[in-house]
Amino acid sequence: MGMFEAILLTVATAATPLLIAAMGELVVERSGVLNLGVEGMMIMGAVAGFGVAQMTGSAWLGMLAAILAGAAFSLLFGFLTLTLVTNQVATGLALTLLGLGASAMIGESFVGLPGVRMQSLNIPFLSDLPVVGKLLFGQDPIFYISILLTIGVTWFLFRTRAGLTLRAVGDNHTSAHALGVRVVRVRYLAVMFGGACAGLAGAQLSLVYVPQWVENMTSGRGWIALALVVFASWRPWRILAGAYLFGAVTIGQLHAQALGIGIPSQFMSSLPYLATIIVLVLISRNKRLTLMNTPTSLGKPFVPDR
Amino acid sequence: MRVELVKRPQHSALFSALSPFIALFLTLIAGAILFSILGKNPVSALYYYFVEPLTEVWSWHELLVKAAPLILIAVGLSVCFLSNNWNIGAEGQLIMGGIAGSILPVVFPDFQGWYVLPVMLLLGMAGGMAYATIPAFLKVRFNTNEILTSLMLVYVAQLFLDWIVRGPWRNPQGFNFPETVQFNDSAILPAIWADSGRAHWGFILAVVAALLVWFMLSRTLSGFEVKVLGRSARAGRFAGFSAGRLTFFAFLVSGALAGLAGIAEVSGAVGQLRTSISPGYGFTAIIVAFLGRLNPLGIVAAGLVLALSYLGGEAAQVSLGISEKSARIFQGIILFFVLASDTLIYYRIRFVTRHSDAAAKGA
Repeated sequence: MGMFEAILLTVATAATPLLIAAMGELVVERSGVLNLGVEGMMIMGAVAGFGVAQMTGSAWLGMLAAILAGAAFSLLFGFLTLTLVTNQVATGLALTLLGLGASAMIGESFVGLPGVRMQSLNIPFLSDLPVVGKLLFGQDPIFYISILLTIGVTWFLFRTRAGLTLRAVGDNHTSAHALGVRVVRVRYLAVMFGGACAGLAGAQLSLVYVPQWVENMTSGRGWIALALVVFASWRPWRILAGAYLFGAVTIGQLHAQALGIGIPSQFMSSLPYLATIIVLVLISRNKRLTLMNTPTSLGKPFVPDR
Repeated sequence: MRVELVKRPQHSALFSALSPFIALFLTLIAGAILFSILGKNPVSALYYYFVEPLTEVWSWHELLVKAAPLILIAVGLSVCFLSNNWNIGAEGQLIMGGIAGSILPVVFPDFQGWYVLPVMLLLGMAGGMAYATIPAFLKVRFNTNEILTSLMLVYVAQLFLDWIVRGPWRNPQGFNFPETVQFNDSAILPAIWADSGRAHWGFILAVVAALLVWFMLSRTLSGFEVKVLGRSARAGRFAGFSAGRLTFFAFLVSGALAGLAGIAEVSGAVGQLRTSISPGYGFTAIIVAFLGRLNPLGIVAAGLVLALSYLGGEAAQVSLGISEKSARIFQGIILFFVLASDTLIYYRIRFVTRHSDAAAKGA
């Protein structure tokens, strides 16, 4: 396996959690809800995934637990913002703070334990192809899920009636309600889908990326995923592109550190965060483009009148 | 059964006064349940958590040490949140304030005298302010979401602190520990009552800041501007207020106070720069701001409550063997209950059962 191929593989591994979490948040935001709790749901997924995999010895069960944990945790946000109509920004922050705290406590006994790594699939013959073989046919299962997720979300949002309903709810909840759509129910489902995705993204970190538990191991990836949704102007395929761009920045700076080019490692490590800011500025400076693409009801409270 | 909200014709003054207390009460109940699940006696656990730290003089001092940065930051955040500017990067502004304020004692340790501390505090405020200008500028000029930019800058600040303490500012006589030199005496924020404990002047600064910001918000035109633009940007525009200017104002105030919290913590509580100077005060202060209902005077009380949760965590670790990280769970739960209780201010909650629903339809 050549150097170039190895780098491509690690880029995919670094991009996958961002892609999955951002894809979940995309669906949530398309339904008009802004959930800033991605980081919290992701870290809950990571700790649940690690813990269950550790106890059962099965990475698959760990992954399942992470998805369930993320979805269950998102219900807390859903209940507050959708049923009790609390401020979505503040509630999302609360979810992140609680998730980071709770996972630190739950995971305290996991620190230093060897993790269970999810095995890569190796499709015979195809994975032996030069350059693209390992990249396309020899990855871990969550990589394939992330690609299927991108296709699935695109199809769902733009090719199905339910997807149309979800977008209608996000663009104008009052009209959707008047047409008989159950706005709150649609949003609950969207929020749970987002939670499940964030949980899965967390499991990718603790079962594939670095198969161990480290406190705060998401280190801002949930927030970068939120930025990706804005960067992608709420389009699934652009999220895929954005996630791989960030994966490349992350891996690129790691390789630059390893080569020892004389720049302090801390400066290199801050590159993904600085890149996020720069990308956000580039996208949002075009006010018309942003306004056109933002779901109109995003973040606005909705109380059904009857 | 379904939960249904009925909008009140007017917001309830009763519940806006009560909601923080309801939230705290519910947090205690949730805590008791949590402790029972962990197999501890909930009553004694809550005692160790919230009462025992208050039975000794030195721990009152610790309470003030921890409350000082929380109150300073949260007071600044109240200006931001009231004006709809979501600065969640206070942790980064705290760090930058701590670094900027340390320039004098670390780089010019020969400067000693009465003027050192005031200059340090001013530099700390300037550092936090400068760092908070970045998200404010990006929001006003490029329409960039300030939540994400201010948060990203926290990670950058943490890495910058790590670099400066391990690199250029490392104490050459420090046996390679990642620490700067110990500050000389004239660079140490003095204790309030030196003979009984280590509470320092940071707490006094926090109370003064709370009073000043309270006055600004409730008695001046700037405060009125903050509230009008925060509630309705449109109404604010008609009144001739500039949203962009206010964004800068809110970020500068909160950045300065977070920076002040940073240098006060470094100079009063630690005495040198280390790779980590805050256990997440900048984030916990968000909870303090909401528990204090975004009122600077309420925030003083809320800051003491959250500071108690840090002490309680440490006490529970010693006496009960529960991880001190449980404090962070408490803090998160408090914020959830505060937000949920605030719903009661604007809405009546009706529980609709199948039965009462049918009755209502029949009527």
